[in-house]
Amino acid sequence: MTTMTERESVTALAERRSGPSLRGRFQDWLPRLVLAPSFLLVLVFVYGFNLWTLFLSFTNSKAFPTTSLIGFANYQRLWNWTFETDPPSNWYTALVNMGLFGGLYIFFCLFLGLLLAILLDQKIRGEGILRPIYLYPLALSFIVTGTAWKLFLDPRIGLEKAVHDWGWTSFHFDWVVNPDMMIYCVAIAGVWQTSGFVMAMFLAGLRGVDGEILKAAQIDGASTYQTYRRIVIPIMRPVFFSALIVLAHMAIKSYDLVLSVTGKNPGGAAELPSTFMYSYTFTRNQMAVGSTSAVIMLMTIAAIMVPYIYSETREKSR
Amino acid sequence: MTSADLVTSAPRRLSGHSLTTRIVIYGLLLLFALVYLVPLVVMVMTSLKPLGEVTGGNMFALPEQLTFRPWVDAWGEARIGVSETRGIHGYFLNSVKMVIPAVLISTLLGALNGYVLTKWRFPGDKLVFGMMLFACFIPFQSVIIPMAVILGALGRIGVGLYDLTGWSFGLGNATVNLVIVHVIYGLGFTTLFFRNYYETFPNELVKAAMIDGASFFQIFRRVLLPNSTPIFIVTVIYQFTNIWNDFLFGSTFAAGDTAPMTVALNNLVNTSTGVVEYNVNMAAAIIAAAPTLLVYVVAGRYFVRGLMAGAVKG
Amino acid sequence: MATLEIADLRKRFGTIEVLKGIDITLEKGGFLVLVGPSGCGKSTLLNTIAGLEQISSGEIRIGGNVVNHLHPSKRDIAMVFQSYALYPNMSVAENIGFGMEMRGVAKAEREKAIEAVARTLQIEHLLKRRPSQLSGGQRQRVAMGRALVRRPSIFLFDEPLSNLDAKLRVDMRIEIKRLHQTTGSTIVYVTHDQIEAMTLATKIAVLRNGELQQVGSPSEIYNCPANTFVADFMGSPAMNLLEGKVAQASGAQHVVIARKEGEPILLPVPASVDAGKLQDGAKVIFGIRPEAVNDVESIDRNAKSVVRFDATVEIVEPAGSDTFVVIHAAGKELTARMRADADVRRGQNHTFAFNLDKAVLFDPETTARI
Repeated sequence: MTTMTERESVTALAERRSGPSLRGRFQDWLPRLVLAPSFLLVLVFVYGFNLWTLFLSFTNSKAFPTTSLIGFANYQRLWNWTFETDPPSNWYTALVNMGLFGGLYIFFCLFLGLLLAILLDQKIRGEGILRPIYLYPLALSFIVTGTAWKLFLDPRIGLEKAVHDWGWTSFHFDWVVNPDMMIYCVAIAGVWQTSGFVMAMFLAGLRGVDGEILKAAQIDGASTYQTYRRIVIPIMRPVFFSALIVLAHMAIKSYDLVLSVTGKNPGGAAELPSTFMYSYTFTRNQMAVGSTSAVIMLMTIAAIMVPYIYSETREKSR
Repeated sequence: MTSADLVTSAPRRLSGHSLTTRIVIYGLLLLFALVYLVPLVVMVMTSLKPLGEVTGGNMFALPEQLTFRPWVDAWGEARIGVSETRGIHGYFLNSVKMVIPAVLISTLLGALNGYVLTKWRFPGDKLVFGMMLFACFIPFQSVIIPMAVILGALGRIGVGLYDLTGWSFGLGNATVNLVIVHVIYGLGFTTLFFRNYYETFPNELVKAAMIDGASFFQIFRRVLLPNSTPIFIVTVIYQFTNIWNDFLFGSTFAAGDTAPMTVALNNLVNTSTGVVEYNVNMAAAIIAAAPTLLVYVVAGRYFVRGLMAGAVKG
Repeated sequence: MATLEIADLRKRFGTIEVLKGIDITLEKGGFLVLVGPSGCGKSTLLNTIAGLEQISSGEIRIGGNVVNHLHPSKRDIAMVFQSYALYPNMSVAENIGFGMEMRGVAKAEREKAIEAVARTLQIEHLLKRRPSQLSGGQRQRVAMGRALVRRPSIFLFDEPLSNLDAKLRVDMRIEIKRLHQTTGSTIVYVTHDQIEAMTLATKIAVLRNGELQQVGSPSEIYNCPANTFVADFMGSPAMNLLEGKVAQASGAQHVVIARKEGEPILLPVPASVDAGKLQDGAKVIFGIRPEAVNDVESIDRNAKSVVRFDATVEIVEPAGSDTFVVIHAAGKELTARMRADADVRRGQNHTFAFNLDKAVLFDPETTARI
C-alpha cells in the first residue's frame, strides 16, 4: 500500500483517485481553470499593458496612440532633458525632486519608525493607546493627508500665523507656497503618514527577538544601549530591508500626495516622475513622452522589487 | 506567532531604567503622539469654525463660534470644480457604489486563487504566484494609457449593445469601469494575503475532506472558507482602505459627476476661483476620511495584520 | 564555605507565591539538578540565582557574598540557555568573546581565551562561522564555550538539552558530564527529565508547585524518597504504590494488601521502617520499584526479604533490554521489570516475588515516608 507522505500534494491524491475518466480529468484541470481567469487578467492587464506602454514609448504618439515607430527618440529626449539644468527641464526637476523626496521620505520614515518602535518596546504603560495613534494616518487617503498638511503649513492661516499670534513674529515658514521648498512639505506629510507603518514593522521585528538572547546579553554585562546597538539592531537587518523596499516603492508611486499638498503644482516646481507622466500624457498631449517616463518608473521599481519577490517566493517554498 | 501578533503582544523588554530615562522616553512618546494627532485635531476644529475665524485666527484655537454649517455645505452645497452638482454627497455615494463590489469581487477571487495555489500544486505554480505578486507593485502610470484605450473601447461596445438590446451591460459606465480596474489591480494583493494564509492551513484537513468525497468547490466552501474569517476581514479592510482612498484611477477614468470621493475632494480643495472656504474643505476631508477611519477604529488589529501581510515576509 | 547558599528564598508574582521558602546549599564542584514537573518553579529559581528575576525575600549567597541586589553580570555566573541564545549577527568567536568585550578585556587577551575554550570544546574550526551555519549540537557547544570563557563561580544551565533530538541529547549529556569532571566546575542545572537528573547530578532538588520536596544525592532520592510525589516522579517506570494496612501476623508487624481475587498479600514491614512508628490498623502506602518485582528465579539472590504472590499478567512490553510486565494485583496495576527473555504471556497467572529490601512505606495522609 502506498503511504501518504507529508509532501504528497492534494493534487496527486486527487489524480490517483479520479483516474482517466472525463469527469476525473475535468476535476484535475478545475483548479487551474479557476486560477486561470485571474492569472490571465493579470497577464493581460499588467504585463500586457506594460508591454503596450513600452511599445508606445517607441512611437510618436501625441494626443492619441499611434503606431509610427521612432525608435529610441523619446528616450533620447528624456536623456537630454536629464542634463538640462539651466533652466531646468521638467524632467530634470522631476528627477531631482524624486531624489530629494525619496531620500528624505525613506530616511525619516526609517529613523522615526525605529525610534518609536524602540521607545514603545521599553515596557511602556499606555502602549495600547499610543500605538493606534501612530498608526491611524495610514487609514487616510493621501488626498486627505495632503489637504490637512496644506492647511497646517499655510503661512497665512496655519503654522506661521499661529506662531506669530503667540509672539514670535519673525518666524517664517512659507515652504508650502514657496516653489523651491514645496517638495519638502510633501516629504513632511509623507513621513507623517507612513512612519507609523514602519514603526509597526520594527516593533514586530523587535518582539521577534528571542528573549533568551537578551538574558544572555544581560549576563554578559551589556548596557541597554549596547544591547540595542550590537545585538538587537543588527538582528533587525531583514526588517530594515523590507521597510526600505516598501518605502522606495511608495515613494516612486507617489502621486496623490504631491497633488494635494502642492495644489495645481504651479510652475512644475514640485514635479515628480509620476506627475510628469500624467501632465505630459493628458495635458500636454505628448503621450509617447509620458509613456517613456512611465517605462522608466517601471524599470526602477522592477529593479528594486524583482530581487525581493524572488527571495520571498523562494523562501516560502521550503 | 505572526508578525502582526507580535506587534500587539505585550512587551517584555529590558527593565530597570532610571527615572530620568523613563521621563525622557515618555516625553518623547507623548511629543510624537501630539505631532500625529495635531493635524487631525486642527482639521476638526477648522471644520467647526466660521470662515472668518479660520482666516483671521489661530489654527490651534478652539472655535469661538461653533458651527456645523461647513459640514452642511460640504455635504450638499459646495461647488466642486466646474460641476453643476453641489456638495460631495453624490461623490460619496459614487465611492460607495464602486467600493463595495470591487472589494467583494477581488476578495473572493483572491480567496479562490490562494486556495488553488496552496492546495492544488501544479508545475509552475510558484512562477504564477511570483508574476501575480509583482503585479502588486507596478506603478499604475505604466498601465493607465492602455487601460484608457480599452475602457474607451468597452464604452463603445456598450453603446453598441445598448442600441442592439436596450441594455449596455454596464459597459461604459464609469462606476463599472472603476470596479473592473480595482478588481484587476487588487488581485495581486488579495491573492497574496490568502495564499500566505492558506499556506499554513493544515493540508490534512483537505485530504480528509477528499477522502470523504468532497469536490473542489465543496472543499473550498465547507472546509476552508468557514475557517478563513480572520484573513477575510484583513483582506476586506485592506482592499476597502486602498480602493476608497485611491485617487489616480478615479481621476483618470471617472471624471466629472461620476468621480469618486477622493477626486471630488481634491477638486473642491484646489478650486482656484473665489474665496477658499477652508472650513468647508476640512469638513469635506473628514467626511472623505470617515469610513476608513471608522474601520480603523473598530478593527485596528486586523488593519495592522493587513499592513504586515502586504509588506513583510511571514 | 559552600559555593552557593540559598536561604528561605521566596518569590511572589503579585499575590501568587511561586517559590515558597527554598533552602539549598551546594559545595564547590557540585552538580545540583533542579528537577520537577512543568510549572514547579525550577526555571524561576534558576533565574533568581542568575539575577534575571528579583526575589521577594530570603538570601542568595555565591562564594560567601550576598548577591540579592547584584546585576547578573556582577554575580560571577554564566548561563547556558535552552535555545542557546547565540547572537545571530556575530561569529562564533565574537559570541564567545562578547562578555569579555563588555567588561573591557583587551583584544589579545580575549583572543587567547577564546582559542583556549574552543580547543577544550573542539570547535576551533567553527570560530569564524555564524550560528545559523551550525548544527544543534555545535550551537550547544558554542553556548557552553561562551559560559566557560567567563570562568565563573557557578554555571547555570536552563534545560539545555530540551531542543535536541533523543540521540543528540544522550551524546550531549555525556559531554556535559565529562566537562564537569574535567573542569571541576560548580553547576546548577534545570531539567524536567528525571533521567538527566539522575545521571548528571551529585545533588538533586525536587520541586513541586514552588516547594522543595526533597534535596539529596541521586541514590537517596531514588531509594529513600521523602514522599509519594518524589517516589512517583523519579525513576522510569514510576515506583509502584499500593494501599495496605498494618496488621499483626506470625508475631510481627506486617503490611496487609487486600485483594479481590484471592488471599491478601502479607508483607513483613520493610527494614527501612522504624517499626515503632506503626500502629496496628493504620493505613499505609507500600512503595516498591519495578526492578524489585520479578520472577521468583530472577529476584536478587542476596535479597534478605522476599515474598511471593500470584497475579494475572495484563500487558507485556518487550523493550529490548528488559521486558516490562503490567500485572493486576490488589485492585491496582503493578509494573514489573523482568528479564528480556522472561516467559510471560498475557492472561497468564504467574508467580511473582517482591524484593522487600528496597521497599518503602508512606503515610497516606501526609504522603511522607515513614
